[in-house]
Amino acid sequence: MNKTPPQALENIRICDFTGQLAGAGATKILAAFGAEIIRVEDPVNKGKWDILRGVPPWVGEARGLEAGGAFNNHNSGKLGITLNLRDERAREMLRDLVRVSDAVTENFAAGVMDRLGFGYKDLCQIREDIIYVSNNGFGATGPYSSYKSWGPIAQAMSGLTHTSGLPGLPPAGWGYSFMDHTGGYYMATAILMALLHRRRSGEGQWVDLACIEAAGTLNGVASLDAEVNGRGMRRADMPNSNRSQSPLMSPHGIWPALGEDEWVAIAVRNDRDWEKLTRVAQQSWAYEERWKTVRSRVDNEAELERLIGEWTCCHDKRELSQLLVAAGVPAAPVLKPQERIEADDRTDGLWVNVEHSQIGPSKVEGLPISMSETPWSLESGAPCLGEHNQYVFGELLGRSERELETLFEEGVI
Amino acid sequence: MRPSETTSVLSGYRVIELSSERCALAGKLLADMGAEVVVVEPPGGCTTRTWEPFAHDRPDKENGLHWWHYNTSKKSVVLDLDNEAEISKFRSLVLSADVVIEAEPLGRLDGLSADWKQLSRQNPELIWVSVTHHGRDGEDPPSTDLTLLAEGGPVWSCGYDDHVIPPVRGGGNQGFHTACHYAVPSILAALIWREGSGTGQLIDVSMLGSLNATTEFATLWWLNEGRQVERQTGRHAHPTPTEWTQIECADGRWFNTGVPPRTRDEFQALRDWIEELGLVENCSAYEILKLGDQFERIGILELDEDPLAAEVFQSGREAIEFLGQRLPAHELFIGLQERGMACGVVYTPEEMIHDPHFVERGFPHSIYYEHLDASYEHPGAPYRFMKTPWAAERAPYLGEHQALLDDLSS
Repeated sequence: MNKTPPQALENIRICDFTGQLAGAGATKILAAFGAEIIRVEDPVNKGKWDILRGVPPWVGEARGLEAGGAFNNHNSGKLGITLNLRDERAREMLRDLVRVSDAVTENFAAGVMDRLGFGYKDLCQIREDIIYVSNNGFGATGPYSSYKSWGPIAQAMSGLTHTSGLPGLPPAGWGYSFMDHTGGYYMATAILMALLHRRRSGEGQWVDLACIEAAGTLNGVASLDAEVNGRGMRRADMPNSNRSQSPLMSPHGIWPALGEDEWVAIAVRNDRDWEKLTRVAQQSWAYEERWKTVRSRVDNEAELERLIGEWTCCHDKRELSQLLVAAGVPAAPVLKPQERIEADDRTDGLWVNVEHSQIGPSKVEGLPISMSETPWSLESGAPCLGEHNQYVFGELLGRSERELETLFEEGVI
Repeated sequence: MRPSETTSVLSGYRVIELSSERCALAGKLLADMGAEVVVVEPPGGCTTRTWEPFAHDRPDKENGLHWWHYNTSKKSVVLDLDNEAEISKFRSLVLSADVVIEAEPLGRLDGLSADWKQLSRQNPELIWVSVTHHGRDGEDPPSTDLTLLAEGGPVWSCGYDDHVIPPVRGGGNQGFHTACHYAVPSILAALIWREGSGTGQLIDVSMLGSLNATTEFATLWWLNEGRQVERQTGRHAHPTPTEWTQIECADGRWFNTGVPPRTRDEFQALRDWIEELGLVENCSAYEILKLGDQFERIGILELDEDPLAAEVFQSGREAIEFLGQRLPAHELFIGLQERGMACGVVYTPEEMIHDPHFVERGFPHSIYYEHLDASYEHPGAPYRFMKTPWAAERAPYLGEHQALLDDLSS
């Protein structure tokens, strides 16, 4: 008999106010681990606080508030309820929900939950051991605590934008909200740590997550080089993030390959790798004495990079990468979305089919891990606005069907 | 697990980490929250100890700044896993542990009878994390942070409008970081489950998969509409070109203009600020900003459908660019944010740490190095736990905690 495997977070319930990617991405991971994530939205503005509701890319042919592809991706596996917190009856139901939840999570601007009357102290009055995790750009305290942020701003303020680029050019930065993804990873980590601590000690707590601080931990070597050696990032020929300064590698970069906008990445880690590359390249210049040691390659790096580019540009990115990898040199084609999603069988298990109650089947990102005893699972698409009101308010909180009808008619849910 | 002695989240848990640049961050995240993380180094030390830059440019295995950053709060023991007596100590160490984190070449530990397959039989509560290229049952090509980011997706989205310029790898080892950012929540979920079940498990983290799951809209546009994003300078890659979001300020610093003004209040605030600065005469966008009074909020759809809305919206962007040409980046940041508009300075990592806001929050974290008799500020806590604070201590000297092994054998 097939038995459904257990899930790591079964019996964990989260009262979830998060949205966008930085927040919703966190609770999606918990949903995949089996937690019951109850997403709370405002029926008055139809949940549009989450700007990803109802914006492209669209899921299939569908359009509208339920059809945002990013929203569907970041909220798969969750339940959705509506509460108009301007109404005391909704506030009472939220209190009831908090009483049966392990954690309350949100990524509003700092202070919003306090103004709603559901800040940490208020939540503790409802449930003494509640876990509360807030996530915003600048954190809950400090001179900028009222300032607004999103991924690209967190990346700019933290140094992640500055350190991504080529010399003599503006910052390239990250061509997406890397810190919305990564802020979500830190938020998931914070929630799980707090849950584990409570499981062991019985103690709840507030975790104040400032996305920019999480981002500020991600350039540690550059930070220390400035602090210890006085060698800041505003210096000649920096940044150059396609090269490798720590560890020192050369050549190390991204070069043109055959075709339009086709590129290959090559990392020569040491002098042995260089010898291997020369055998693959079979270029007369590559055998010159001046390229034999990493120091001499670094001393003439611009010229070396030019020569490498002249060699790579007439080769197919995959074929060249395969030749180098077979010789033991790290190399990889720069893969386009279609190439890595549809044509790379190494990522097959990552793209999962979920069922959206209105739109039907769609594909979303899963988790890039496997767990032998408690495999992750995502089966449903993002919840529609108030889709699980009946289950949560009725089955979970014991409100009658008639009461719910009235609350709906009066705009409370 | 040993009884918890302090209030740290992870106190009492022992984690064995086989030293590697690929999984060092995972160990650090657990160690800084109170786990006893024992990093096992080969004779002579982990390779990353030899990576520059070094403190005061003095090459030494205790001076590597890479080592300092990624190994805070850990303990170090040296074991030669190719030596039969020492592999036996390694097995004993693992049997005393709650979690193992490794990113060894595939098959190496199995060949030494020191893999999950062998050791989980003796310690069924063991949680074993393998950080792999694309799975323990996959291949193990030579790879670095750069090649992973290239084939994993992020590089395609990063770079410049001019596609003659190569795409760009984001700096700071974010490929390895991202795998660790999946490893840690997985470990925590496994620990929570073990609290109830008493059973450990094997966790296999794919570095390639981690990056594929961290490209935001590149994946979402493809999965949903089959459209390919194209990289753009300093802003989101997108299927069609979008407007700039990055300007150079009067002090030469770059600035992210964030979400452009859209509301009546924001247009009014911009006008007021330009007036306060006495710059009305010089600002060509000023007059059009006045028309912002007609819009409570300009939505995305209105930009396409209402030419006046589009013109007003554009004037807001031009006004910010105008102000940036006259003000240093930090002053523009404070001025816009105080008026409710999201934006940010493009700081260097060290500038962020010393910004007054983050200093007031206590983000810079001082660590003392006895051998240099000096303290240095490290990046601090990524999150603030109110009852179980984060804390980072100096990275261990090579073999500093070798006595741990004696305790095991006694």
